[in-house]
Amino acid sequence: MDQNITLYVDGNRRPVTVDTRTTLLDALRDRLDVTSPKKGCDHGQCGACTVLLNGRRVTSCLVLAVAYDGADVTTAAGLGSDDELHPVQQAFLDRDGFQCGYCTPGQICSAVGMMEEAERGSPSHVSANLNDPVELTDEEIRERMSGNLCRCGAYVNIVAAIRQAADPEAEQIRQARAERQRNEPVLREDDAPTSYQVSVSGEEGR
Amino acid sequence: MSEILESTEIGRPMVRQDGPAKVRGLAPYAYEQPVQDPLHLHPVQSTIALGCIVSIDTSAAEALPGVVAVLTHENAPRLANTDDAELAVLQGHEVGFRGQFIGAVLAESPEVARQAAAAVVVDYEAEEHDADFRADHPQLTEPNAATADTFDGDVDTALRAAAHTVEATYTTPAEHNNPMEPHTTIALWDERGLTLYDSTQGPHPVRQTIAPVFGLQPDQVHVIAPHIGGGFGSKGLPHANVVLTALAAQRSGGRPVKLALTRQQMFTVAGYRTPTIQQVRLGADDDGRLSAVAMDAVEQTSKIKEFTEESGQPARMMYATPNRQVTQRLARLDIPVPSWMRAPGKCPGMFGPEVAMDEIAEACALDPIELRVRNEPESDPETGKPYSSRRLLDCLAEGAKRFGWDRRNARPGQRVQGRWRVGLGVAASTYPFLRQFSEAKVSYSADGTYAVHIGAADLGTGAWTALTQIAADALGVSAHRIRLEIGDTALPVASVAGGSSGTASWGAAIIAAADEFLAKFGVEPDPGAEVQTAAPRDSAQKEYAMHSFGAQFAEVCVNVDTGEVRVPRMLGVFSAGRIINAGTARSQFIGGMSMGIGMALHEQSVMDARFGSFVNHDFAEYHVPANADIADVDAVWLDEVDPLAGPLGARGIGEIGIVGAAAAVANATYNATGIRVRDLPLTPDKFL
Repeated sequence: MDQNITLYVDGNRRPVTVDTRTTLLDALRDRLDVTSPKKGCDHGQCGACTVLLNGRRVTSCLVLAVAYDGADVTTAAGLGSDDELHPVQQAFLDRDGFQCGYCTPGQICSAVGMMEEAERGSPSHVSANLNDPVELTDEEIRERMSGNLCRCGAYVNIVAAIRQAADPEAEQIRQARAERQRNEPVLREDDAPTSYQVSVSGEEGR
Repeated sequence: MSEILESTEIGRPMVRQDGPAKVRGLAPYAYEQPVQDPLHLHPVQSTIALGCIVSIDTSAAEALPGVVAVLTHENAPRLANTDDAELAVLQGHEVGFRGQFIGAVLAESPEVARQAAAAVVVDYEAEEHDADFRADHPQLTEPNAATADTFDGDVDTALRAAAHTVEATYTTPAEHNNPMEPHTTIALWDERGLTLYDSTQGPHPVRQTIAPVFGLQPDQVHVIAPHIGGGFGSKGLPHANVVLTALAAQRSGGRPVKLALTRQQMFTVAGYRTPTIQQVRLGADDDGRLSAVAMDAVEQTSKIKEFTEESGQPARMMYATPNRQVTQRLARLDIPVPSWMRAPGKCPGMFGPEVAMDEIAEACALDPIELRVRNEPESDPETGKPYSSRRLLDCLAEGAKRFGWDRRNARPGQRVQGRWRVGLGVAASTYPFLRQFSEAKVSYSADGTYAVHIGAADLGTGAWTALTQIAADALGVSAHRIRLEIGDTALPVASVAGGSSGTASWGAAIIAAADEFLAKFGVEPDPGAEVQTAAPRDSAQKEYAMHSFGAQFAEVCVNVDTGEVRVPRMLGVFSAGRIINAGTARSQFIGGMSMGIGMALHEQSVMDARFGSFVNHDFAEYHVPANADIADVDAVWLDEVDPLAGPLGARGIGEIGIVGAAAAVANATYNATGIRVRDLPLTPDKFL
């Protein structure tokens, strides 16, 4: 059965006819040519389709479009503009928080929604105290971003990107130090090959 | 030996050229290419593993409003060539595995296509199938197309005489590539032939494979793939979904046809890594010198099409020994067709042997790094060829210092933090160098930019960026003067983005074209000046054993109460020749290692032999690492250029990150617990 609804997508009024079985994701991708949100699993298991629906992050493949007549939908395309990226998008670029880029719009919408949740003090599974303000530690970021899968394995850089968006100066210092450590040779020419003798007596170390 | 290109742009961590579009979701993947008035396709899949279709009733499906056509083997267009049984879809009534395409619905909307596909009624005559993979399968056979068995010396005698031996069976399960972007094709026929917008690692290889299937000349097939949402091998060659879409588009009245596989369908028709059963035998003298290495691997393949996972390869070339045996046998079953998955052969083939090395190190009372020091070969053990470069020991030594290997207690089960047992593990890593035929075109424009054209593909590797850097240095200009075009068969022939060979192959072509351009037109060319050429072949690959090497270090925590394994820290040190882009290269290394953590801890595709299908066919049950599974994963590389690896001096980095990763994690769990797990994945039950 078809139904006429109106969505407000990235600030634009978009009337659309949907089958009552049409998900928000398919309404956007197949009927409105809004392809920034991606389809990775269609079961709410991967997060590639994440958009901000009335300001809250949702997996749009689990939402029936017909139930959201009049809703505001923000995709990654609407977060930034051609002239200026959203700080989270800029941080994903700076920290190489993706490889193939397919999960990326969902990761970015999810990160924006997640940072707002943390700001509000909404606790996660790893929050020690349900009432304290949330500090976005690496553990909190990882936990709160675990609904967005990345098969390329960019998680280390995704976490760094979100840290940068949350506190650009602290992340800059951290990255500079890490970069230096990576480039600092630890072995001199005459160090290798090293001989490793092992202790089997059980005491710590060699 | 090629002259090595001087670098200005090469080596910098230049930001991804396709990045600004990708962070906004505006880079078009296959499904998102703008086409006029498309129809949607939904496949019908077999529900038996072996037998034939007696009748197929499409009347209910055809009666649904919005259905344009229902294709079956009875009415589908005939293919010109059906030699490849995986690609010969809807050409007969036989069924060779459960989930095989036996029909498809073309409809105005995806919802209607799916509903109609479910309404197709099929009657089968089922035969007794065999989907039971086991080492004692009664009909194990030699592969038809794979490296022959190795028998050097006498392994059995050497093992009987050895002071220390390890003889054990190691297993790796079936695993699925699971790129985030589902395998997707848009097919369109017109007077010029067939256009395919395809999620592929190789536009030109797709053209070469698909053209004969439809009786076309290659230039009648136009493949377009500017952006690919991951592949890890599964998009390296076209699978049945590409043929099905093109076939259906012959019945669409000239309209384009779209098919994106569902995640569930990807578990049967898009390839996977075969499970392996590895019988490994090592013998060593009192000093830890290996007197025998044996690797006898059993894998599965589909009866309809042979694919051999060459998991015997690493045992041939990793360590010196006078007595060596490597065999590979296949169980041919009524199952989906396996294919490439990141580091085929090398990845599973380094699990058993690298865990066995850990075991024999302990038997010899040697540190596992020292054991490898003592068994370092001077030339390639299998062929006797000299190595172009072999710096495994440097990787191990560098990693040991960075990782704090000296804090490892050789006796397992000694370090406890709260309810967690903590351990460290190490394993070696390797991947061969490969360079393939490719061409590139360079042309100069009046606006002062150089167009660089090559039909390569970027599935997330960073080719858009790395090739821009290479072109800039090859032409001696800054990167902003390069306009790179890739991902289209309208561009010069390029090899597949696979085998970690893309950058070396395509980069060499770009350098050759730039060299010829500069020789012909100099540095002040007229607008329109143009050169197209292929990279010259070089003989180094024939004369030298050329491999990258690495060392993987892992720290694990194993929960005393639950058996849960966590990996708080992992470091890879790699020797891979020149690194083109420090940023994207690090991403590829740590991405491979992260996938390796998935292989170690989570990933297994469970075959229900009663039905011949993978039962855990989605992300809820096939667990790939999530963000919370990955903590401190880092990679460094030796600062080097391999002068024998073409003009770039780069050996490739896409796959080595996953090789050895699971063994390092497994060895660390042993160090933590004293429990030696030889079967992946390292699930909690195995530590209780």
